[in-house]
Amino acid sequence: MSARAKTALLQLAASAAAVALAFLTGALIMLLVGVNPLAVYSALFEGVLLNPYGLAQIIFKSTPLMLTGLSVAFAFRAGLFNIGAEGQMIMGGCCCALAGFSLKGLPWLIHAPLCIIAAMAGGMLWAALPGYLKAKRGAHEVITTIMMNFIAAALTNYFVMARFHEPETVHTASIMPSAFLPRLAALSSFFKGSPANAAFFIGLAACALAGWLLWKTALGYEIRAVGLSPDAAAVSGISVARKTMSAFLIAGALAGLASVNFVMGYKHYFEEDFTGGAGFMGIAVALVGQNNPAGVLAAALLFGALSHGTLVINALVPKDIVLILQALLIIFVITFDGIARRYAAANFGEKA
Amino acid sequence: MTEQIFAVELRDISIRFGKVTANDSASLRVEKGEIHALVGENGAGKSTLMKILYGMYSPDSGMMKVNGAEAHFSGPRDAIASGIGMVHQHFMLVPPLTVAENVVLGQEPVKGCCAFDSGRARELVAQISRQYGFELDPAAKVETLSVGEQQRLEILKVLFRGAEILILDEPTAVLTPQETTSFFAILRKLKAQGKTVIIITHKLREVMAVSDTVTVMRRGKTVGTVRTAATNEAGLAQMMVGRPVVFQVERRLKTEREIAASPVVLSLEGICAKSDRWLDALCGISFEIRAGEIFGVAGVEGNGQSELIEIITGLRRPQSGRLTLSGQLMDFEENSPARMSKLGVGHVPEDRHRRGLVLDYSVRDNMVLGRQRESQFCSALSRNAEAVAAFGDRMIEDFDIYPADGELAARALSGGNQQKIVVARELSRRPKLLVASQPTRGVDVGAIEFIHRKIIEARDAGAAVLLLSAELSEIMSLSDMIGVIYHGALAGVFPAGSVNEDKIGLLMAGGKLP
Repeated sequence: MSARAKTALLQLAASAAAVALAFLTGALIMLLVGVNPLAVYSALFEGVLLNPYGLAQIIFKSTPLMLTGLSVAFAFRAGLFNIGAEGQMIMGGCCCALAGFSLKGLPWLIHAPLCIIAAMAGGMLWAALPGYLKAKRGAHEVITTIMMNFIAAALTNYFVMARFHEPETVHTASIMPSAFLPRLAALSSFFKGSPANAAFFIGLAACALAGWLLWKTALGYEIRAVGLSPDAAAVSGISVARKTMSAFLIAGALAGLASVNFVMGYKHYFEEDFTGGAGFMGIAVALVGQNNPAGVLAAALLFGALSHGTLVINALVPKDIVLILQALLIIFVITFDGIARRYAAANFGEKA
Repeated sequence: MTEQIFAVELRDISIRFGKVTANDSASLRVEKGEIHALVGENGAGKSTLMKILYGMYSPDSGMMKVNGAEAHFSGPRDAIASGIGMVHQHFMLVPPLTVAENVVLGQEPVKGCCAFDSGRARELVAQISRQYGFELDPAAKVETLSVGEQQRLEILKVLFRGAEILILDEPTAVLTPQETTSFFAILRKLKAQGKTVIIITHKLREVMAVSDTVTVMRRGKTVGTVRTAATNEAGLAQMMVGRPVVFQVERRLKTEREIAASPVVLSLEGICAKSDRWLDALCGISFEIRAGEIFGVAGVEGNGQSELIEIITGLRRPQSGRLTLSGQLMDFEENSPARMSKLGVGHVPEDRHRRGLVLDYSVRDNMVLGRQRESQFCSALSRNAEAVAAFGDRMIEDFDIYPADGELAARALSGGNQQKIVVARELSRRPKLLVASQPTRGVDVGAIEFIHRKIIEARDAGAAVLLLSAELSEIMSLSDMIGVIYHGALAGVFPAGSVNEDKIGLLMAGGKLP
């Protein structure tokens, strides 16, 4: 087996061990607060995995996490910390809804793609400014993207409340049916009652596309070179500023895309706090997924499952227990990953 | 008859890291009070063996004795307790703190219950500094010290901790020729005071100059120990590499007619530039390089060489001056590394780790760095992995890069082989102008010979070469024209053969020719 395959296998095993340990530690905490962990875990298992509705909810809840996770991971490959996926997703959702309710009389084949493009454009726009400030002025992207998150939330709230809101509600008008994404329930009765929709496939496609872009194209090669060694990249003629900008724009588009699950697939309008914090959760998803599209996909499914799990076990224990579980998961995964990397570096002579 | 007691005795030490055997039954005996040189090519296992002695690694097998007593170190702490100290290649200092503060760090003298007694610290440090003639001001901030002074400070730190046996890992790699001379004086003073010194190096000239005994390592094994007085550079090189080594790569000097007939490739006129800290770095630099000519720039580091290279490779804009490349006057406003490389400028940067390689990329990927968009390596949308692999593997073969595994991360290779990647990449583009800065720094003798041969080949094929090196011998043996840079200006330009090392050395140090 090649060193690389061994390393990959080791990392997979480390992740599995981390998940197991997180659940074990979670069990200890449950014992501490006086609940039976077996009861909680079996309820979790039954409610989420052995149940069509649970599976459909995993799909629904993991879709935005997949895209925001991908956004963070993509930027990270260029050496950038995109903490702004939240703001980019909000702006994406706002633009998407605007295109959805203001364009009228278009056929679905034109209107739906237009709204998807609007979502991506909104995210891109919101990533462009921190990207520019980083590339040209050296402003640290962590600070600028966090600030952009505040601006996005406040600005869209203002617009919704002052200009576009439906009377008596806190959301915009509904988008035209010609911009709806089909529900999976329409395809198969298996998904009955779940808002899981075609955005899931957009997420899957984005994962594949991001992987292809990063590892199979010249642009990806350049972006990763900038992330790993900006000086060597610059000396070899790669423009660090331009690649920083490209990475930010792509990351923004991915985060913006995360909004279509809600806006085009679920409620069909834009509303305050519609993200449910998916932009911030994307950071955890990217972390656990090790900034790797396949890993991000797996991590998003896991976090989606846990997110649905909070509702399932709410009757048994406070849903905070699942939040604890999530946090434990992140801590264990990053700890074990570090151990696996060091072991691989020492024993297979391969830097993972 | 009693057995002789050695300061250090290592017997049959072996250690493996995964598939790699770093030390293979290596043995070493160091007498008390001697300067013992440990030489070998990069990756021969010198540093590993010394890290074992310093307790940083524990060997898989073998025996270790310090001052005759068997030693088992579970960490550097144990080694220090046995009187062993190690100075690493990369300095471990806290720049904003003073000399005294750096020395006592971790063992600070205290006043009362817990207050740092800085007066006492200074006294202690001043005392040791005087004892060994280090001439360090205990109150000086480390960030204001020269590299040579920082090195003395590192040694001072080790002495402060009571070391009797000092291990120095490549101590001269960062020093100028002048600093090296005064550094050797310090080593002799240490020896005179009864300290035992082990110095890791691959500069044979220094081994001859300072050591009493030499142990040579090759591929993890110790291949022999000899008295320095009983050997010479050629003999040591042969032991290191396992075959005779050519120090002076053969080249044919060109006739004046040939030189005059070659076109000028690079011409600089009155280039002035500022450094990053906005100080004057270059002023009034003018010279030309013709096709098929190697122009060597000798100089102590920090005299404007980095800025000069950055201007020629498009990384920096000068304040004034003109740069003409193959007859085309360059507009500095629009200049960039991409543009210069498109116009045929190849660049072997001085810092290969930071600027020459993406260390986490495979050897193959590094071979096409900067060429990733060329049509042979990239179709309309995606990269052509087969072409990159084929090209990379061909380069690995042509340049004899070891290990010959294109998928290995560049990080996993030894310094010499990493440098070969950079040289292979730049020469494979058949540059019109090759800018090579310290092309053989930290590279072992076998690879030096190889890289020199390749640079000469490029020159013979018609490339103009700008060579910058802190190694005077490298400049002397390769250049057709030699320029000396001092304080940002050319102190002189000479045809090779019309000048000797003494004259150049004098100009490098800021002196004037009589």
